[in-house]
Amino acid sequence: MNRPRFLRWVGAGAGALLFSVFVVPIALSAPAGASLGTPPTQSIKVPSSIGKGEGKLNIIAWEGYTQPQWVKPFEKTTGCVVNVKYAGSSSEMVSLMANGGGHQWDLVSASGDADLRLIYGGDVKPINIKLIPSWSEFEPFLKSPSFNTINGYHYGVSFEFGPNVLLYSTKTFKVAPTSWSVIYSNKYKGEVSIPDNPIQIADAALYLESAKPSLGITDPYELTQTQFTAAVNLLKAEHPLIKKYWDLASQEISLFQNGAVVVGAAWPYQTSTLKAAGAPVNDTIPKEGATGWADTWMLAANAPDPNCAYKWMAYMSTPKIQAEDAISYGETPANTLACPIMNTLEKGGCAAYHANAPQSYFTTIKFWKTPLTTCDNGTNDCVGFTQWQQAWTQITG
Amino acid sequence: MSVREVTRERLGAALWRRPWLRGALILSPPLMWFLVVYLASLVALLVTAFFSVNSLTGNIAYQWTWSNFSQIFTQSVYGTIILRTVIMAVLVTVTDAVIALPFAFFIAKIASRRSRQAFLALVFLPLWASYLARVYAWINILSNHGVLPSIESHLGLPITNLAYTNVAMWIVFSYLWLPFMIVPIYGAFERVPDSLLEASADLGAGSWFTFRQILMPMILPGIVAGSIFTFSLTLGDFITPLLIGGSSSNFIGNAIYDSAINGGDLPFAAALAFVSIAIMAVYLLLARLAGAFDAI
Repeated sequence: MNRPRFLRWVGAGAGALLFSVFVVPIALSAPAGASLGTPPTQSIKVPSSIGKGEGKLNIIAWEGYTQPQWVKPFEKTTGCVVNVKYAGSSSEMVSLMANGGGHQWDLVSASGDADLRLIYGGDVKPINIKLIPSWSEFEPFLKSPSFNTINGYHYGVSFEFGPNVLLYSTKTFKVAPTSWSVIYSNKYKGEVSIPDNPIQIADAALYLESAKPSLGITDPYELTQTQFTAAVNLLKAEHPLIKKYWDLASQEISLFQNGAVVVGAAWPYQTSTLKAAGAPVNDTIPKEGATGWADTWMLAANAPDPNCAYKWMAYMSTPKIQAEDAISYGETPANTLACPIMNTLEKGGCAAYHANAPQSYFTTIKFWKTPLTTCDNGTNDCVGFTQWQQAWTQITG
Repeated sequence: MSVREVTRERLGAALWRRPWLRGALILSPPLMWFLVVYLASLVALLVTAFFSVNSLTGNIAYQWTWSNFSQIFTQSVYGTIILRTVIMAVLVTVTDAVIALPFAFFIAKIASRRSRQAFLALVFLPLWASYLARVYAWINILSNHGVLPSIESHLGLPITNLAYTNVAMWIVFSYLWLPFMIVPIYGAFERVPDSLLEASADLGAGSWFTFRQILMPMILPGIVAGSIFTFSLTLGDFITPLLIGGSSSNFIGNAIYDSAINGGDLPFAAALAFVSIAIMAVYLLLARLAGAFDAI
C-alpha cells in the first residue's frame, strides 16, 4: 500500500517544528561559564518589608526539618500552606533547584557543600537580613559565614548545624565503638550501611587522617590525587562489607529496624527516630571526629512565594522553633536564646546538643563544603567535585 | 444560494475530490499530539545526550560533545551496570517463561470452564495492588526478621539472608512480571484447536513429540510477546533495585536516576537512557523475527 502523501508533509512540518522548538534556541544560547566572579543574582533588589502571604510555600528540605510540630502552627498563623520535597543529598538539592529553573521552589535548606554551587549557579538570590528579627540573636560565627554571605550579601539565613554520627545497634555493641574503623572492618561484613553520597569520600579521608598520618591529610575536602586515591581505595575495599548504600534517611531507619544492618554512618535524625520507635540503637562521635553540616535557608532566585518564604525564614529563626528542631533532629541551633527553651523541652537538652558551647564545638566538626580543584592555599592540585562524583559511581557501581 | 451555502458546497466537493485532505483533517490532531508530545520528547532526549554540564553550578553547557557516550563505553563501571541489567532481564524472562508455560497450558487446556475464570482472576489479582506494596511485602518476607527466616528456623533449616541481594531482586522481578507472561501464552494455547492435539495422538505421536512439533511452534509467538513485557519492564526498572537490591545492584535506571537527580547531569542521564532504548530496539527486532507481532 502506498503511504499517503499527507503523512509525508505532516512529517516534514513536524520535523521543522521540532527543529525550531529544540535546536534553534540551543544554538542561540551562550555557553555557561564557570568562573567564580560575582554571583549572577547579586544585583537583584531585596524587598524592604514582608508583604501579604501568597497562601503557599514550596520547600526543598532535609527529612526531619518540617515536623508537623512547628509546620502546623506556622500554617495557621500565616496562612501559608507548606509543601515539602525531601532531598537525600546536597547534589540532589542543587539539581532540583537548577532544573526547576527556580520557578517551582521558594526555599531550600542547603548545606555548606551546596551553598556556593547554588549561589554561583544563580539559583538563589540575596535576602534582606533586616526582615529576620531573630538574626540579631544568632551566634556571631553564623551571622555572616563565608558559605552563605558573599561581598556582604546574605544568600539566606543560617539555621542549625551538627555532626554525621556513627549509628550502632546496642545489641551488637555493648560498649559504644570508639573509632570509625568498625565500618571498614571485616567483623561486620554485610551489616554496614553508609550514605549513597560522594561526600562520603570525605568521611573516609577523615578516618585516614588519623589512621594513616603518612598521607598528610589536613582537610578531608581538599585532597591531593594521592590522598584522594587512598580514600577511594578504602571505600572500594569497604564495598563488600556494605549491605546497602542508603539514599533517604527512612531507608536506613528500616534497615536498622529489620535487623539487616548493625552499624553505619547516619544523621542524628535516624537515631532519634529509631529510639522513638523503641529500636535498640545509639550513636556516637568516634575519636577521629566527624564530618557535619551547617545549613542555611536559601531563597530561590525566582521564588513564586517570596512573602511566605520570608515569613518562614523569620519563623524558623525564632528561639522556640530553633529549640524544637534542635531537640527533634539532634543538632545545634544558631539562635543563642534557644538554650533555655531546649532545657524545658528535654532535661539537659541544651548541653546535650552543645547549644551552650557552640563556638568550640563548631570548630571540631569538619563541615561539608564543595570540593574544588583550587585548594585553600591557592595551589591547583586538589581534586574537584566532578572527580568525586565519578569516583563515587565507580565505588558503588 | 447564499454565499455561505456556496462555500460549503465547494468545500464539500473539494474534500470529496481529495480523499487525502479528509484523512489529514481527521488525523492531524492525534498525529500532532503524537509528534509533539511523544517524538519531540525523544528528540529532545537525543539532543540533550550530546551536551555536558558545568560541574560546579549544575547548569547545562550547550556545546556538542561525544564525551557522555565515550564515558559510558570507556568506564568499566557502566559496562558492569549495563551487563547486570541485561542479564537480570534475561534471567527474569526465562524464569517467568518456565513458570508460565505449564500454568498457562493447565488453565487453557485442562481446567474446566468455570475454574479457568477463577485461575485467570488469580493471575490478575496481584496487579490490583500497588507495585510498591508488593515489593515491600517481599522485603518483609525476605529480611532478617521476616517471614522466610522465621519459617526456616522453625523447620531447623539453615537461615537464608536474601533481602538486599541480587537474588532477592531476581525473585521479586519474576514475581512482579509473571502475569504479563502468563496472559499471552494462555492466549496462544487457546488458539490451538483441541482437534490438532487429538489428530496428533491418533497418528501415533507421543506427548513429547506433540508438544515439540505441534504446540511449540504455535505458542512461540505468545512466549516472545510475553518476553517483551518481562524483558522491557525489568530493563527499565529502578525502584526494585533501590528498595530490595544490595550494595552491587545498580541498574541502568539507577545510574540514570543518580546522574539526573544526585549528579544533576541530565545530558549524561540522557545518554544512558539511549543505551536502554538501543537494547530494547535490538530486542524488539529479534522478537519481530521470531514472529511475536503476528499474535497481536
